[in-house]
Amino acid sequence: MTQLPNSTDRKMGLVIDLDTCVGCHACVISCKGWNTENYGAPLSDQDPYGSDPSGTFLNRVHSYEVQPTPCSSQPAPAAQLVHFPKSCLHCEDAPCVTVCPTGASYKRVEDGIVLVNEDHCIGCGLCAWSCPYGARELDLAEGVMKKCTLCVDRIYNENLPEVDRVPSCVRTCPAGARHFGDLGDPDSDVSKLVAERGGMDLMPEMGTKPVNKYLPPRPKDTIEEEIDILAPLLAPVAEEPQGFMGWLDKALDKLPGGAH
Amino acid sequence: MTFQQPRVETSPAVSDEVRKTTCYMCACRCGINVHMKDGKVAYIEGNRDHPVNKGVLCAKGSAGIMQVNAPSRLKAPMMRTGPRGSGQYKEITWDEALAIAVGWLEPIRHEAPEKLAFFTGRDQSQSFTSFWAQSYGTPNYAAHGGFCSVNMATAGIYTMGGAFWEFGQPDWDHTKLFMLFGVAEDHDSNPIKMGLGKIKKRGARVIGVNPIRSGYNAIADEWVGITPGTDGLFILSMIHVLMKAGKIDLDYLSRYTNAPVLVNASEGPDKGLFLRDDDGKMLVIDRNTGKLTPFDQPGVRPDLAAVYEKDGITHRPVFHQMAERYLAEEYAPEAIADKCGIPAKRIRAIAGELARVAFDEAFELDVEWTDFRGEKHTKMTGRPVSMHSMRGVSAHANGFQTCRALHVLQILLGTVEVPGGFRFKPPYPKPVEAHPTPHCKATPDAPLDGPHLGFVRGPEHLALKEDGSPARIDKAFTWENPMSAHGLMHMVISNAHAGDPYKIDTLFMYMANMSWNSSMNTKGVMEMLTDKDENGDYKIPHIIYSDAYSSEMVAFADLILPDTTYLERHDCISLLDRPICEADAAADAIRWPVIEPDRNVRGFQTVLVQLANRMKLPGFTNEDRSAKWQDYADYIVNHERKPGIGPLSGFRGTDGSKTGRGEVNPEQLNQYIENGGFHVAHIPAGADYYKPWNTAYQDWAVDMGIYDSPQPYLFQLYVEPMRKFQLAAEGHGDRQPPDHLRQRVKDVMDPLPIWYETDQQGNEGFTVNALTQRPMAMYHSWGTQNAWLRQLHGRNPLYVPTKLMHENGLQDGDWAKVTSPHGSITVPVMEMAALNDNTVWTWNAIGKRKGAWALEEDAPEATKGFLLNHLIHELLPPKGDGMRWANSDPITGQAAWFDLKVKIEKAAAPADLQESQPAFPAQESPVGTGPKELKWKVGK
Amino acid sequence: MHPAPSVIIFTTLSGLGFGLLFFLGLGQPAVTGTVAFVFYAIAFGLACGGLLASTFHLGHPERAWRAFTQWKTSWLSREGVCAVGALTVMGLYALGAIFMDSHWTLLGWIGAALSLATVFTTSMIYTQLKTIPRWNMELTPAVFLSFSLAGGALLAGAETAAPWLLAIAGAVQLAYWAKGDKALETSGTDIGTATGLGDRGAVRAFEPPHTGSNYLLREFVHVVGRKHAQKLRMIAFVLGFALPLLLILTPVEGVVIKHVFAALAVLSHLAGVATSRWLFFAQAEHVVGLYYGKR
Ligand SMILES: Nc1nc2c(c(=O)[nH]1)N[C@H]1C(S)=C(S)[C@@H](COP(=O)(O)OP(=O)(O)OC[C@H]3O[C@@H](n4cnc5c(=O)[nH]c(N)nc54)[C@H](O)[C@@H]3O)O[C@H]1N2
Ligand SMILES: Nc1nc2c(c(=O)[nH]1)N[C@H]1C(S)=C(S)[C@@H](COP(=O)(O)OP(=O)(O)OC[C@H]3O[C@@H](n4cnc5c(=O)[nH]c(N)nc54)[C@H](O)[C@@H]3O)O[C@H]1N2
Ligand code: SF4
Ligand code: SF4
Ligand code: SF4
Ligand code: SF4
Ligand code: SF4
Ligand SMILES: [Mo]
Repeated sequence: MTQLPNSTDRKMGLVIDLDTCVGCHACVISCKGWNTENYGAPLSDQDPYGSDPSGTFLNRVHSYEVQPTPCSSQPAPAAQLVHFPKSCLHCEDAPCVTVCPTGASYKRVEDGIVLVNEDHCIGCGLCAWSCPYGARELDLAEGVMKKCTLCVDRIYNENLPEVDRVPSCVRTCPAGARHFGDLGDPDSDVSKLVAERGGMDLMPEMGTKPVNKYLPPRPKDTIEEEIDILAPLLAPVAEEPQGFMGWLDKALDKLPGGAH
Repeated sequence: MTFQQPRVETSPAVSDEVRKTTCYMCACRCGINVHMKDGKVAYIEGNRDHPVNKGVLCAKGSAGIMQVNAPSRLKAPMMRTGPRGSGQYKEITWDEALAIAVGWLEPIRHEAPEKLAFFTGRDQSQSFTSFWAQSYGTPNYAAHGGFCSVNMATAGIYTMGGAFWEFGQPDWDHTKLFMLFGVAEDHDSNPIKMGLGKIKKRGARVIGVNPIRSGYNAIADEWVGITPGTDGLFILSMIHVLMKAGKIDLDYLSRYTNAPVLVNASEGPDKGLFLRDDDGKMLVIDRNTGKLTPFDQPGVRPDLAAVYEKDGITHRPVFHQMAERYLAEEYAPEAIADKCGIPAKRIRAIAGELARVAFDEAFELDVEWTDFRGEKHTKMTGRPVSMHSMRGVSAHANGFQTCRALHVLQILLGTVEVPGGFRFKPPYPKPVEAHPTPHCKATPDAPLDGPHLGFVRGPEHLALKEDGSPARIDKAFTWENPMSAHGLMHMVISNAHAGDPYKIDTLFMYMANMSWNSSMNTKGVMEMLTDKDENGDYKIPHIIYSDAYSSEMVAFADLILPDTTYLERHDCISLLDRPICEADAAADAIRWPVIEPDRNVRGFQTVLVQLANRMKLPGFTNEDRSAKWQDYADYIVNHERKPGIGPLSGFRGTDGSKTGRGEVNPEQLNQYIENGGFHVAHIPAGADYYKPWNTAYQDWAVDMGIYDSPQPYLFQLYVEPMRKFQLAAEGHGDRQPPDHLRQRVKDVMDPLPIWYETDQQGNEGFTVNALTQRPMAMYHSWGTQNAWLRQLHGRNPLYVPTKLMHENGLQDGDWAKVTSPHGSITVPVMEMAALNDNTVWTWNAIGKRKGAWALEEDAPEATKGFLLNHLIHELLPPKGDGMRWANSDPITGQAAWFDLKVKIEKAAAPADLQESQPAFPAQESPVGTGPKELKWKVGK
Repeated sequence: MHPAPSVIIFTTLSGLGFGLLFFLGLGQPAVTGTVAFVFYAIAFGLACGGLLASTFHLGHPERAWRAFTQWKTSWLSREGVCAVGALTVMGLYALGAIFMDSHWTLLGWIGAALSLATVFTTSMIYTQLKTIPRWNMELTPAVFLSFSLAGGALLAGAETAAPWLLAIAGAVQLAYWAKGDKALETSGTDIGTATGLGDRGAVRAFEPPHTGSNYLLREFVHVVGRKHAQKLRMIAFVLGFALPLLLILTPVEGVVIKHVFAALAVLSHLAGVATSRWLFFAQAEHVVGLYYGKR
């Protein structure tokens, strides 16, 4: 249904930790594998062994460089690099749903997952136009819109052991940078993580109210600012090798069982 | 209005069956669940029970399905029909292939087995392939370690009986400060990521030392963008600061290291050697009694300070020499800061943080244990500082000493094999003494006199012939690189081509793309492989190669033995080799044919068994001349290295109930399969730290068959074997280095870590460091044939720091000419700010030769991708006297990939064809090219 | 945005067709019989041809009927409904004019209103997209409506209205360009908000997620050179508005020449609008480009 539900029972989504993501693309390929074999049409690839290979992916990992603004404590800060996975954010106010002329795009009432009913989709592409995040890709072979399903065919799947009822990308992430849960429940692990680490929205000004949250990278390159605490630890025990031997002798005496 | 939405099948069947085996999209060897539908591979995920990956899987692992179905797979044995390099072949039968191979191998075995050079790449069956080579009798065997990370392995083993690489790991659960030197990905791919995730979760600190801030270094809390090749100085400077501040673990040093061992300090042939008793035991002064005593006696408290004099000869503890050396002002942060490109204040801050965490955040585990002196401890002291390092340190010509320095730093802080620190994985720790020495004596029709590779203890173990010339084709274990424990695969082709030290007949290679990304001087190597003598015969007469895919190297072989993919064969990841252990468990694993090959291919190890059987090689043949094994699976189960010890340590004994030692179990493979493809034996609690000195661990290791008797030992801050080489260079002893190497041996074989500038001869004017990194989603050249992975990395720009971009007027997408003393390439550039100001880099092994890997000839890998290898030569530029020295570490022979220096200038885009230069003519693809579209779905 | 020919053809032709239907519905010109047939054939040809062209870019044209179902929320659906409404009503009206020689005025007005509404709904498909700041402004419907009316007037031979409408459309076009050029900057969305990293410092896209291309890049990232765009704007403006205005305002003798001039004006206008429409797409920056460091 093209109309958005007034509210959803739960807000299932992902929390992605930008402080931990190493940019390995494991989530990208795992997603490709699972979704090629499962929900809807396979994710096809065009010219896979030729000059312009391209294909449908539901999750992609970008990377950005941030040049911090100099300040008094860091007059010449080093540039930072942030790996940045991105899939559908399962927005509460999902414009991709309301623009859809056929009702193929819809948001589920029970968990807020935004899905495409591939049997109804005409492949007009408008939903992808309306998504600020680039979360939808039209499959060229099948002519229908593909997007992250939040692995709706895993998370409730009774053929999978309980622990495995999480999205494929979450299960596979070697660094543990992806978390899955109910962001509508303030007591869920993911909600707590978001609160603790200052989880943020992408393009909040778009008014899409994404369910997925991003945990910002922690502050970096601060060790020199701690020199006042660290320097005393490094006070020399002696200036000369001779003095050092003297210190050594005394220090050895102090060891348990060290006295002559 | 009721909200209507379609009903979605949320519980679809996932697969018909799950088969558990071991990934081989890289050498990390994670456990995988292969989901099968209709008898075909449908989906691959990580195995949660597996000790290595605990369920996670990297991009390559998940893309395994595209590898197993890749159009580049070889289909049948092939015989060359066109000239070498052309890629023209005809398919032949296995019978023909084996007959041809035996036709080449058998005569030279009768005549001179060293005429066979058998070198393997990153396979995981080295204990088997070396066994084959030993039975055959050639001394010319090694795997790829010599150009990979032999510095790391050797420095670790000589110093502390185990290395980083994949042989040890941080105590991820307890560490609070993790310092990473020169790592982009490493073999322990998933475990490192899992570990980083763990410590990030705890908010512990990560310090990344790397000229490039990507991947692991991007998430490091502190980035140290060091000047390549200067880590040794940085580390020694931290050692200087820490020693000066007394922030070292004296108790640990005195108990577990050779810091208190007495060294002869008087001139003469024994100078620098340890004072030993008649049994050869190292002697120390006991601080309790003030008496001279062997280091390992009960109750002894070795003294780090006391000097011993006898017969006018002074013996001083190792620690004295260390203090003398490292307290010198030349190692003060201020003295080295500029060279390393790290501000002195930052060096001090990092040293301070190491001290703070190691000592102020020390903690205790209430675990009892008994050390090798018989002393009982009620606690284990944790020093939660851990370190890890790989090729960024290793692949420089000063890498051995740098890596040693790093271990010495760890040891001074008392953080090895303690809670929170760095821990070994079985079969390590294992002292040098427990390793073999190299063997090289070839005898016609007979096996070699012992294992090829080993650890020299002095000049007497060098692999030299009577006349002093190298016994091995790669000149491993010679004065040029005395401690080359892994051989020098990167020198084989050039030495064989030059007939130096002698000519060979057959070059037999397995799983190494030596005509392309794994060679230095790629173009030169291609020429050597195709070069002919005055009679018009190839200078290297025969080349046999085993690959599973249509790689660049395939085009250069005369005979191709096509391997299966990793899901179609038996493999054994053995404790005798490079197993999959964890710090608290011994583990090994297998691969088994979860699908049958649909082509005329055979597992290479099985082919080796078949070749051995045809030649009736001794190790493979019963007394009645019948074959011991029919195929590799048969060997895995039935071979015993020593009575009760075989390739697999699990499910031994006739009923599979024994672990480590036990009789052959015919059902062993099935039991592995039932268990998920692996076997784990946990180290008992209380035996899992302090392993080199912990009697409980030592006893467990003996039970497991890792050692034959307990092997406690001291960490070697001072490496005595190195001193023996120095003594020879000083003129002592009868094995003497040639004069041109004498000074170098004296200089570099320092038994205490030093730093030296790598050889910059001929590099004048080439000021920019050029590096490569492994992309996490690609494995060397293999990744490219994978339709999913090649979309991620289908070409590789040269990343150039902002400053150099501006200086050279470059913008993203421009082309630049990059020149080294050896050659030049023209390639596209991209700006990177988070990069050392004087370093450029690119992803490793993305560039491809046209026609390889079943790709179309205009694939971006071939047109835009490129290799830095064209700029790196296996020899350094000529010296004044015209001599050219190897571009390798003078101690181990480790290829110095990362010593490369270049200059860079803006170039017009290559005019006619916008292609990276140099471009090579296409090779013909023996397997055609892949389809135009993929719509992969196995199940309905 | 990728300037897909199908969408450019669709919006250009159907805008013109519905513009003509609008005037015909108002009885301008109040033609009947064969002449009416010709007029309606042209109008329906343009409107339907456009609609047909738009189905070319669908992945599943055979399911296009489903697109009528979501008129409550979807402007694309509304467009479909309006278009069918307009075509049906104007079809009836046309039958009256051609075969019964009668103008059912009320029906005509309704048809005219639906025709304009169709153009408006088309414009709203683009206007509603916050993701494309250059489209997400009131001037977008103004562009579509004014172009449609101007073109319709030209085709309908509405001599008094046409010059004014052309002038207005030209002015709207200039205003649209002026405002559109600043739209992305003033939208408040940049790579900083896109990544959430903006308050840490200057953000720059580094490695793309893949070296190969993908649907998003093909569909949303299209960079027109500045100079090139300026030139095309000149062409669009001259052909679309200035030249037609000149042609219809030039006093000429004789019906044939007059018709020739009128025909030239229409063709010129059509070419101009098509160029403008090409630019409308090609210059539109989708915010997703920010993730790729492209606009
Ligand atoms: N510039 C630069 N060059 C480098 C390095 C660097 O850092 N920079 N690193 C060096 C290092 S450390 C290494 S280890 C080398 C690696 O270089 P190589 O060892 O050459 O690695 P690969 O490219 O993976 O090639 C191995 C070959 O094995 C084949 N293969 C894959 N799977 C199988 C199989 O199941 N059976 C068989 N029989 N063959 C198979 C592949 O098709 C391929 O042809 O590169 C070295 N080269
Ligand atoms: N995904 C993937 N995994 C792999 C491989 C692969 O091809 N792909 N290859 C496997 C193989 S064969 C190997 S040997 C391992 C190697 O694993 P790594 O050791 O991680 O090897 P590299 O990717 O060569 O990374 C070397 C790192 O050292 C840095 N570096 C270079 N010079 C210096 C220096 O002087 N000082 C410091 N501090 N850093 C420096 C480089 O910037 C780079 O980050 O990876 C293994 N794992
Ligand atoms: S798998 Fe995890 S660490 Fe790797 S790119 Fe995805 S989110 Fe980042
Ligand atoms: S991220 Fe895009 S596709 Fe997903 S719900 Fe939001 S707008 Fe729709
Ligand atoms: S492409 Fe499919 S899902 Fe997207 S708007 Fe069109 S019909 Fe709806
Ligand atoms: S939740 Fe599932 S569909 Fe969505 S990105 Fe992750 S793996 Fe892909
Ligand atoms: S790290 Fe990746 S490719 Fe390597 S074995 Fe593990 S899953 Fe396979
Ligand atoms: Mo390697």
